[in-house]
Amino acid sequence: MLNVEEIRKDFPLLQNDPDLIYFDNGATTLKPQCVIDAVNKYNAYTSVNVERGDYDLSFEVSNLYENTREVVRRFINASKKEEIVYTSGATASLNMIAFGLKHEINKDDIILITLAEHASNVLPWFSIAKEKGAKVDYIKTFANGAIDIDDLKLKMNDHVKVVSIAAVGNVLGYVQDINTIGKVVHQYNCYFIVDGAQSVPHIKTDVIKDDIDFLAFSAHKMCGPTGMGIIYGKYQLLQRLEPLIYGGGANARFDCDMNVILKDVPHVFEAGTPNIAGVLGLNAAICYLEKIGIDNINEYEEYLKKYMIDKLSKLDNIIIYNPDSTSGIVSFNAKDVFAQDAGSFLNTKHVAIRTGNHCAKMLHNIIGTNESIRASLYFYNTTDEIDRFVEACKDINIDNCLNIFF
Amino acid sequence: MSDMLKDPTILRELIMDHYQYPRNHGLVDDSSYASCHMASDSCIDDITVQSKIVDGVIKDIRFDGVACTICTASTSMMSELLKGKTTDEAKKIMDNYFNMMEEKPYDEDMLEEAIAMCNVHKQANRIKCATIGWKAMKKMME
Repeated sequence: MLNVEEIRKDFPLLQNDPDLIYFDNGATTLKPQCVIDAVNKYNAYTSVNVERGDYDLSFEVSNLYENTREVVRRFINASKKEEIVYTSGATASLNMIAFGLKHEINKDDIILITLAEHASNVLPWFSIAKEKGAKVDYIKTFANGAIDIDDLKLKMNDHVKVVSIAAVGNVLGYVQDINTIGKVVHQYNCYFIVDGAQSVPHIKTDVIKDDIDFLAFSAHKMCGPTGMGIIYGKYQLLQRLEPLIYGGGANARFDCDMNVILKDVPHVFEAGTPNIAGVLGLNAAICYLEKIGIDNINEYEEYLKKYMIDKLSKLDNIIIYNPDSTSGIVSFNAKDVFAQDAGSFLNTKHVAIRTGNHCAKMLHNIIGTNESIRASLYFYNTTDEIDRFVEACKDINIDNCLNIFF
Repeated sequence: MSDMLKDPTILRELIMDHYQYPRNHGLVDDSSYASCHMASDSCIDDITVQSKIVDGVIKDIRFDGVACTICTASTSMMSELLKGKTTDEAKKIMDNYFNMMEEKPYDEDMLEEAIAMCNVHKQANRIKCATIGWKAMKKMME
């Protein structure tokens, strides 16, 4: 088991605000001192551009910047560091993958997603489908969010060009059997794209073992800085992805006759001065997570989740939508109380949670409610916080939700 | 303003009453009504407000949607308060209401039951909920 009390000392926000119960880790995570230091150190002492200057400082920062690809590669077990592309976040990554593959999607092709996907893994495909006359179809999921593998098998055929799914859904938190899904998808000539925003920070990711073609995730959901994300792509498949943004850093040569020689993967996707502080912060975040151990993190989160479900399910006024998913996401409502009313009440009890449809606006088709409250845990949360949270949940009713205004 | 409307218990009851029994609730299928759908993604309330304005007078206001207590009650209060008013009168009332939301000076007598929303700023992120219906009406008057 983790030494959580020690871990909490690494997070200035937790030290500064000990009453806060931060259960909104699905939205973003807190930053440990080492990540803050890495970002600050760059801004304070080494804030020069990368890969351009003929001076020592630029060389030094460029090395650290490029070496971060190796750190990311190691973390998700990619084959080589050139398979790691820096982006501004999972949303940018998913858009760059989708629109980068647009030239391969034709009329009557099929793109398979699920109704539980986050907007970032829905709207780019809608846009492409509308433009190309392709079709977006939905793999069935069970009420707990698990993908129905039999339905996937039924829906797979030679017209399916893309299967794009979240490894862990951001509302129901079900940990999908990515390995089995990948095997089914790869029986066809089809891209297997995984939204790892809610999985990479919490469970061991192995892109080789799971035969993932493209993976997208964000740094800020794994203790890193905002504005920083990753595309992993198999090296030969990244070659087929078209860059969406052109400019400095992505080209090698061009002339007045419009002859352009682009740089190789991954730099071809990284035009413009990158988020250098973000890259160095992500480097520190991954090293921090590795020090704690991703398997330890996963094991502790499963323990916390079970603990929370046990306590919460004893309350008569609470409806839980995902009691049997193993990730640290608990989605629920209080009976007869609109989610946002409950959210504001919990705010008065120092609980930070999220209410709404959590960017998964088609999910109501599965769980039968538009709005829910989402508590999402990370490894610095404690059973004591859950106890205080459950005490607060006991008191969620319409009267108390109005009392907060008086 | 009467002292009764300063009693938190009464203000609280007013909100509850407008939430449980919203006035002018349910939309009409009538082309003489203007319609405004409000569903900003930063706020989970999703409501539609309709209004019928003839010769500068607000003849009717209707609304419906999926919304929290504050959104439902504040829109219900707005519909009662502005119905029958001229658009000039309504604009003055609205300005007062928005001033109350932003903790600026306002004339409480003009707001009648909507005064119950005077504490919404205590939960700053809920100001959106308390103004979404009012903003819909404002848009339709512009």
